[in-house]
Amino acid sequence: MTTPYPQQGPHPQGAYDSPIPVRAAHLGDALASEWTKIRSVRSTLWTLGVMIVLMFGIGLLSAVAVSAASPEPPEESVLSLGFFGVLLGSICVITLGVMTVASEYGTGMIRTTLTACPSRARVLTAKALVFFLLVFVITTVTAAIVGALQTAIADAGVSSGEDWFRATVGAGLFVALLGLLSLGVGALIRHSAGAITIMIGVVLLPLVLALFMFSESLREVQEFLLEYSIPSQLGVLYDTPVTGQGPSGWEPLWIMAGLAGAALAAAYLALDRRDV
Amino acid sequence: MIELEGLTKRFGSKVAVDDLSFTVRPGVVTGFLGPNGAGKSTTMRMMLDLDNPTSGSVRIDGKHYRELQEPLKYIGALLDAKAMHGGRTAYHNLLCLAQANRIPASRVAEVLDTVGLTAVAKKKTKGFSLGMGQRLGIASALLGDPEILMFDEPVNGLDPEGIHWIRNLMKQLAAEGRTIFVSSHLMSEMALTADHLIVIGQGRLLADTSMADFIHQNSRSYVRLRSPQQERLRDVLHQSGLTPVEAGNGTLEIDGATTEQVGELAAEHRIVLHELSSQRASLEEAFMQMTASAVEYHAHSAPGHGPQWAPRDKGA
Repeated sequence: MTTPYPQQGPHPQGAYDSPIPVRAAHLGDALASEWTKIRSVRSTLWTLGVMIVLMFGIGLLSAVAVSAASPEPPEESVLSLGFFGVLLGSICVITLGVMTVASEYGTGMIRTTLTACPSRARVLTAKALVFFLLVFVITTVTAAIVGALQTAIADAGVSSGEDWFRATVGAGLFVALLGLLSLGVGALIRHSAGAITIMIGVVLLPLVLALFMFSESLREVQEFLLEYSIPSQLGVLYDTPVTGQGPSGWEPLWIMAGLAGAALAAAYLALDRRDV
Repeated sequence: MIELEGLTKRFGSKVAVDDLSFTVRPGVVTGFLGPNGAGKSTTMRMMLDLDNPTSGSVRIDGKHYRELQEPLKYIGALLDAKAMHGGRTAYHNLLCLAQANRIPASRVAEVLDTVGLTAVAKKKTKGFSLGMGQRLGIASALLGDPEILMFDEPVNGLDPEGIHWIRNLMKQLAAEGRTIFVSSHLMSEMALTADHLIVIGQGRLLADTSMADFIHQNSRSYVRLRSPQQERLRDVLHQSGLTPVEAGNGTLEIDGATTEQVGELAAEHRIVLHELSSQRASLEEAFMQMTASAVEYHAHSAPGHGPQWAPRDKGA
């Protein structure tokens, strides 16, 4: 097992000179490092794999069901059938987003990471960028393929370009931003199970609470929760909002971007001040 | 060169590191010694900018850790062996560190070879034994071929062969002109590897001295003797200017005498001796004496045994 350190001959007293040159490391190096990290753990494969399976499975099954139920082509865009697959798949993205940071705390890897790259901002930015791009690309591409198959199965008319754009790039951005929010929460909580539970609560609780708000005095709160809950906002991108009011068009993306930005800013401040 | 100036760390009302100032010089192995809970790991974490000091500062070649461009090329550290992601292979754990500091990927294979882990490079690290984890940690410290190396309790959990390997590695690295800073709670270990010694207890600096000086000053040598004619023996010793000290069980101890001197004296006065031996207090004893008041965790044992070391158990 032991290999003696290669003999290099004793140096004179004084500083040791390494043959490896020192240059200023930058964000690109941190990105390369984070890309290696995210592709070399099993949880990435599992979470994103399950998401792809969910999007395909639910998307295609619902298209088959719709085409079997009525011989007429459906009135509303068939793309909206992708909603349920993406909603369930977003749970996987939440898990991966949390794990990207929190697993480093769980394993103690964070200490090694921050000794290699002491700039907290650079580490967090690199993690966020790599994660965001990976999730965005996978969700968008999967949504596009599923959408094309659904259109073929349900034999629906051609959806408008705007519909297509929102159901693919829009959904991809929304899910990736939701993932960033989870990543920020993961960095704040530093505990995988805790952060994942909180994020699932954030997604589900507003809708569940709203269901139990029968009282007249709570009417406005109930409407707000229904309109702004995360599933409803995702629905807006598919033109199937829960109620008539609330965010419309591309607004859910701005709201989610704001939330993710706030969580990341808080995570950065916490990372910068806290002991590791 | 690492310089600490008035480094202090408080956790609530507890002072973990108390106004610590010392310098770690290049080209030698500097031992960092203290009982459990003395603040060694906290000090090392502050040196690496993982913990923020309450006050004071650490300079590495005149710079703060965060100002280092590619820190792994200046300073490599083994903090705790398990500071890696267990679901990642040894190779990937090192590769992501190398990439963050633009160290060529070929270097990963080199350091894995150095620590003897080439055969398990593609294995996930969660299956590693403590010794293998320790070797992987050392590989990550060597990755940037740094001028300064810090090891926190490197021999912990290693088998005798591994301990021997680490000792030689540290001496070799120091001979190449590197700065080596190594912590331990075992004086005997330090006596074998360190050239310079820094002792702390309850966060305070207790000694900052060369190993040779420490041995010279702290290893008391004395003569121990037993005799059935103790009263006469005492008188004789006093007359020759020696001061015997009662040490219990009927033994006497005399500082600064030789066995020859005492033996001849006894023979001259026809005093029977049952024991005459030359004794040397171990460095471990000297260390225990120095830190006796500063040991945080005392095990409660039979009275009269002095300070005992609590079993080593460092949670995270």
